[in-house]
Amino acid sequence: MNNLIPLILGMAAVTYGPRLIPFLLMTGRQLPPRLDAFLKCIPAAAIGALIIPGVFSATPAMPLAATSGMVFTLVFGLWRGGIIIPVLGSVGVTYLILFFAG
Amino acid sequence: MTKEARDAYRAGVPIFIGYVPAAVAFGILSKGCGISLLESFCFSALVFAGASQFIALNLLMTGMGPGGIILTTLLVNFRHFLMSACLSVKIAKTAKKNIFLMAFGVTDEVFSVLSFKPGPLSSKFVLILESAAYSAWVGGTVAGYVLGGFLPEILTKSMGVALYALLLAILLPEIKQSLKALLIAIASGALNTLLIKLDLLPHGWNIIACIFVTALAGSFLIPGEVKEQAYE
Repeated sequence: MNNLIPLILGMAAVTYGPRLIPFLLMTGRQLPPRLDAFLKCIPAAAIGALIIPGVFSATPAMPLAATSGMVFTLVFGLWRGGIIIPVLGSVGVTYLILFFAG
Repeated sequence: MTKEARDAYRAGVPIFIGYVPAAVAFGILSKGCGISLLESFCFSALVFAGASQFIALNLLMTGMGPGGIILTTLLVNFRHFLMSACLSVKIAKTAKKNIFLMAFGVTDEVFSVLSFKPGPLSSKFVLILESAAYSAWVGGTVAGYVLGGFLPEILTKSMGVALYALLLAILLPEIKQSLKALLIAIASGALNTLLIKLDLLPHGWNIIACIFVTALAGSFLIPGEVKEQAYE
């Protein structure tokens, strides 16, 4: 295989650029309320699209396993909240289902 | 240790747990593609963007040239533009000098944690969280390349759910308080499913379209605020 370093540097540049430019343009600025309202809606929109439908192929051989893990996160997260237990628990539930039923 | 540093480490743990198996998979796969350890390390250390690295390996195997791969990477990673825009207004005044470093670490998961953190974001919190994510990603890549599949296969497979669970756990306190956040998240996921089925847009643009359209519609159509104090 050829030297990949130039390719990697190119990929690094086009990844870093979009991550950096908004900080350069907007940090510390007072924004119009419309834009501010739009930006505040981005987290929920991003997380929704990052989870669905990707999660249904997180365990491709058995989508039920990942889905059950997520149900644990949903139930425990709504009941007690927190991050670490909902995440570890989802891995545990998924593991058990893959182990016994997979 | 200050409370802020402790919070940052605690927020970093789930990201670390989610990134290690994905990075190990990247290390193993990159070795299988015949690239060197240094190149595999550089992918993770310099690009630091999971999905696009896997896609790049695929495209390399199909024989695509560097121009096409770099363009695809730009499309796949352009969603971070919207995420950085969202974060840039939350950065504390004192953190402004560190934006060059902070911007490098804006991944999907880091963004999700930061976006629901109450109050202005300090350099310390952002950089500790990003370091946790970065060390897991780079360390996992090297470990995967050198050691191969050292984690049991079923465990690696089950850890694939960790990043999705992390995103859901971050969102839950928010949607408990705000119907608006729930509607936006569901609409965005539904739109993404539809766009993937229709298969009209190039790789990476489905998710950008979903974020843009749903956030815009949400800000116009649904009254009320998406609160920020939910995530602790």
